[in-house]
Amino acid sequence: MSGRALLRNRVVCGALGVATLLLLAEAAGRAGLFGQDTLPLTSTIVARTVELAGDEEFLTDVAATMTAWSLGLLLTVAVTVPLGLLLGSLPKVEATVRPLIEFLRPIPSVALIPLAILLFPDRLDLKIAVIFYASCWPILINTMYGLRDVDPVAKETLRSFGFGPLAVLWRVSLPSTAPFIATGVRLAGGIALILAVSAELLAGGSDGIGAYVIEASSSPDGLEFIIAATVWAGILGVVTNSLFIGAERRLFRWHTARAGVAA
Amino acid sequence: MLEISNLTHTYGSGPSAHTALGGIDLRVAEGELVCIVGPSGSGKSTLLRSIAGLLRPTGGRITLDGTPVAQIPDDLAVVFQDYSRSLFPWMSVADNVSLPLRRKGQSRKQRTRSAAEALEQVGLASAGSKYPWELSGGMQQRVSIARALAYRPSLLLMDEPFGSVDAQTREDLEDLTLLVRGLHNMTILLITHDIDESVYVGDRVVVLSKAPARVVGDLRVDLPGPRDQINTREHSDFVRLRGEVGRLVRGVRPSQPSAL
Repeated sequence: MSGRALLRNRVVCGALGVATLLLLAEAAGRAGLFGQDTLPLTSTIVARTVELAGDEEFLTDVAATMTAWSLGLLLTVAVTVPLGLLLGSLPKVEATVRPLIEFLRPIPSVALIPLAILLFPDRLDLKIAVIFYASCWPILINTMYGLRDVDPVAKETLRSFGFGPLAVLWRVSLPSTAPFIATGVRLAGGIALILAVSAELLAGGSDGIGAYVIEASSSPDGLEFIIAATVWAGILGVVTNSLFIGAERRLFRWHTARAGVAA
Repeated sequence: MLEISNLTHTYGSGPSAHTALGGIDLRVAEGELVCIVGPSGSGKSTLLRSIAGLLRPTGGRITLDGTPVAQIPDDLAVVFQDYSRSLFPWMSVADNVSLPLRRKGQSRKQRTRSAAEALEQVGLASAGSKYPWELSGGMQQRVSIARALAYRPSLLLMDEPFGSVDAQTREDLEDLTLLVRGLHNMTILLITHDIDESVYVGDRVVVLSKAPARVVGDLRVDLPGPRDQINTREHSDFVRLRGEVGRLVRGVRPSQPSAL
């Protein structure tokens, strides 16, 4: 591959941008443009980040955060998808619940964490509860809108073969809504990670990435470790997000392929 | 087999009400292939949807084998114009064809066999594992026809089935319809706006007027068989019938000589 062709590759381009930024930061730090107690050198941060990957205490914290993340997300999907299907197929019920949804949805979820701390004495319960509250919206809304978009001809086809409303929901509406639900779950995954770490930061406690950061802030060289932990939180976000995207591409090839034909 | 008497349907109410069907009377005998033609907006699809039980007409009576159509009849299949929307893109072609057979309580093995058989009948024996969107439009409509065939309906309804394919494919699909009609002693009702097609495919052509639709013509098509895209269309009876149907569709009285 020639240099020009390499530049056309999005991954190569992105990596190049990140590397340039890191090098500039390193150079600026070494040139003394800012003190290392404000922003440690890039090389130091990279070293600390790598170091954390072998730090058992930190890994336990990552496991705790990701446990809350996956349990919270699982609960949200299990409750919200059926709820969205129900609301999406019963327009009258949806109209009744709509004002409640419109009132609850804009409340910043992080602002509810202090309330949740009072309600849930157990740390894991607390995290799962706030994850549920924040990440149910994209799944609920996507399920409802996806259901509204189901092709009436597809539904009518199955009906004309004598299938009842439940069979049509299960065999036509659910599969054709699935790509929308999956997008909702992916968005919810990002939100859930934010809420898990926020709850750990606000509620204290002994485990989780947030708890690690709070603990590090009280030690003399804590800044380096806070940044390194933050880098790991970011990596977790990117990795889970791309896992979701990969799964969507694999499972819903029919959806993208068909959209490609229509375009 | 199918009896329709004084069927009326009005969409909406009040000043914006639109009466699509203004009293349709029609009898179709078992094994007949009847084409229904009419100008666009003449309520052809409303008629078909009423027979299929997908729509509850505002007045009149439809009976199928003596039983009034109240819900969706058991023994009926529909081929829609829009094959790409009517086939399920998340399923393979074979699964699309075998899905309706679940209604018949067939085992998985039986369903697979019936689907393979139906696909072979429409000339798609090797396409079973493909997805519908990997096939051309004409092939997709063949899949829809295979799906209907596998179901073994006593009445097959086809709603402008060849309206979305090119001329050559259209002729192929017309011939396919003539080929498969004899397979399971089906009665077929085919809706089209194409006058030539109605004469070429039908045993009978029923002409509807503009909305509110009534039957303005009912012609028996006696063409020498087997029908053939070139010779049949050159036949003097074909040319005469095509003219008659054309005049009826345009609302010109058949007895009048044309203005030219």
